[in-house]
Amino acid sequence: MNADDRELLDALLAGEHRALARTISKIENRAPGYRELVSALYAHTGNADVIGITGSPGAGKSTLVDKLAETYRERGETVGIIAIDPSSPFTGGAVLGDRIRMASTIGDMDVFVRSMSARGTLGGLSTATADAVKAMDAFGKDKIIIETVGAGQNEVDIVRTADTVAVLVPPGSGDSIQTLKAGILEIADVFAVNKADRDGADRTVQELREMLHIGEGVGFGGSGHHGADAMADDRTEPTAGTGAGNEDRGGNTDAEAGADGDGNDTDSPAEWTPSIVETVATDGTGVDTFIDELAAHKSFLVDSGTHAEKVRERYAEEIRTLLREDINTLLETELEEAGGVEDLAEAVRTGDTDPYTIATDVLSPVAACLEEAAVQAPGLESESDADRH
Amino acid sequence: MSSDQDEDSQSQHHTQTAERDRSIRCLVSKVGLDGHDRGAHVISRAFRDAGFEVIYSGLHKAPDEIVQAAVQEDVDVLGISILSGAHDTLVPKIMDGLEEYGAREDTLVLVGGVIPDEDRPELEDEGVAAIFGPGTSIEETIEFVRENAPER
Ligand code: B12
Ligand SMILES: Nc1nc2c(ncn2[C@@H]2O[C@H](COP(=O)(O)OP(=O)(O)O)[C@@H](O)[C@H]2O)c(=O)[nH]1
Ligand SMILES: [Mg+2]
Repeated sequence: MNADDRELLDALLAGEHRALARTISKIENRAPGYRELVSALYAHTGNADVIGITGSPGAGKSTLVDKLAETYRERGETVGIIAIDPSSPFTGGAVLGDRIRMASTIGDMDVFVRSMSARGTLGGLSTATADAVKAMDAFGKDKIIIETVGAGQNEVDIVRTADTVAVLVPPGSGDSIQTLKAGILEIADVFAVNKADRDGADRTVQELREMLHIGEGVGFGGSGHHGADAMADDRTEPTAGTGAGNEDRGGNTDAEAGADGDGNDTDSPAEWTPSIVETVATDGTGVDTFIDELAAHKSFLVDSGTHAEKVRERYAEEIRTLLREDINTLLETELEEAGGVEDLAEAVRTGDTDPYTIATDVLSPVAACLEEAAVQAPGLESESDADRH
Repeated sequence: MSSDQDEDSQSQHHTQTAERDRSIRCLVSKVGLDGHDRGAHVISRAFRDAGFEVIYSGLHKAPDEIVQAAVQEDVDVLGISILSGAHDTLVPKIMDGLEEYGAREDTLVLVGGVIPDEDRPELEDEGVAAIFGPGTSIEETIEFVRENAPER
């Protein structure tokens, strides 16, 4: 790491907001040296709870995030928010408007709001989000909230950076529940039926509950439809609707996870049934319950050992993504050297060659390097073996 | 094949990528009681169409809130839209706030709206890079931002 980045890192760790802001810019821009900077952040992370909030545009995500942040602040916790807005597909420009809704926490520097646009490759955006989360974590934020529009696979990847994912469902259209089934349903740990002040909230809760039951039935195969239903019943029922019986359920989860203790009951692996809460983001109704559910899910993750597994999976995915990106960069360079993809494509069009031949040719210097490295590797290995003894 | 050559072409590729990925970030802000927001909207959209990333503050923000947003969002450009006549008190407050966070030097600060000619020198002394009144061409404004956005 160069001296400037070292200074930047020190300033970030010392709690300077501008250093955090600048670090996130470097991450977003993949500025020279950002990799070393992010590497160095890792040693200081692992203390934040990361929460993902997703849902269709206008569902009330930003408004709810603002209320979440406000409540966390009242409890003495610091908050980082990453708000991701889609950018214009034509110009790459964007008007990032989430901040406008976050009025009640503006003016409090302990709520750090960062708007990000979906520019560049979306695969890159999920990496950038994960890295920005690391920066906020290292900075010392207790809670980190990621807001993103729940539209497609890329957004799903972004929100997977979180420990706990909440999906906002506005009341009304049964249609919205139908669309949820495609991908979003699977990632929800908590459903918030926001705008519960509007007609149809109860029905939406009911529909969600039914959908979760169906999901459970499928999940358990043919083995025990009745049993699965009963289980889902006793877990979801009390949470649906705001408040009532919620304590019971939290206790239930804890007891279940805690009781196994040393025995680790293999017969019934710990499972989380998504909870459903009703919220009115505009006036804060249900936000406390919502927060309790987010916390209950986090405790479940930790107590059941699922958290470690989840974190492992996430890092595995990060490693793969990074390697893919790195290799892509290498290959782009090779492509340029081979004359650029356009000329090569033209050569295919005119019948001079074919894509397979080109791919083999472009890859061959890389493959040669890898072979060379493989030859050298045993030597390196024994060296490090020697070091160890 | 010399590996030096490989490295060269690779780092060259990296700079190209960096240039392409780097877009200009702007905060367009409305400060104080001023409710005239047409100009701010026009400018926000024009900046977006020019490929900039625009964060719009919304109406009625305090100078501190603008400073906080500018710092957290690490914007290259801070645009302040004022048509209320309160620029002479609000702009210096924002400039002081930026100074406090060490952000004054490398933020390009622009003021737009209704600013009488006789007030301009004072704002420029405060560190405002340019003032765009009613009727200024959007193209000119965008060109100015492209040319003057700080190199970081
Ligand atoms: C439309 C208008 C209104 C509308 C506003 C609607 C809205 N939502 O915006 C309404 C009717 C609500 C209104 C109300 C009032 N208004 Co009025 N209004 C105007 C008027 C006629 C046009 C403003 C406008 O929208 N122009 C179109 C936009 C696109 O232009 P613009 O804002 O100037 O923006 C351009 C540039 O300035 C620049 N720019 C602007 N912002 C930014 C930001 C950046 C970053 C950059 C780079 C450039 C930039 O680029 C834009 C494009 O070229 C002006 C007179 C005038 N000709 O300016 C009076 C005017 C601004 N209003 C005035 C007054 C006094 C009022 C009221 C107090 C009247 C009253 N007594 O009730 C109220 C106050 C309302 C409030 N809460 O603030 C005075 C202000 C006097 C002063 N500054 O000393 C003016 C100048 C009229 C006058 N000559 O007296 N108003
Ligand atoms: N009635 C009602 N309106 C809400 C509620 N939550 C948010 N809104 C409004 O819904 C609109 C969109 O909210 P926003 O937070 O920007 O949604 P986002 O696009 O999901 O971030 C705004 O006008 C909010 O004021 C709610 O619980 N009830
Ligand atoms: Mg939003």
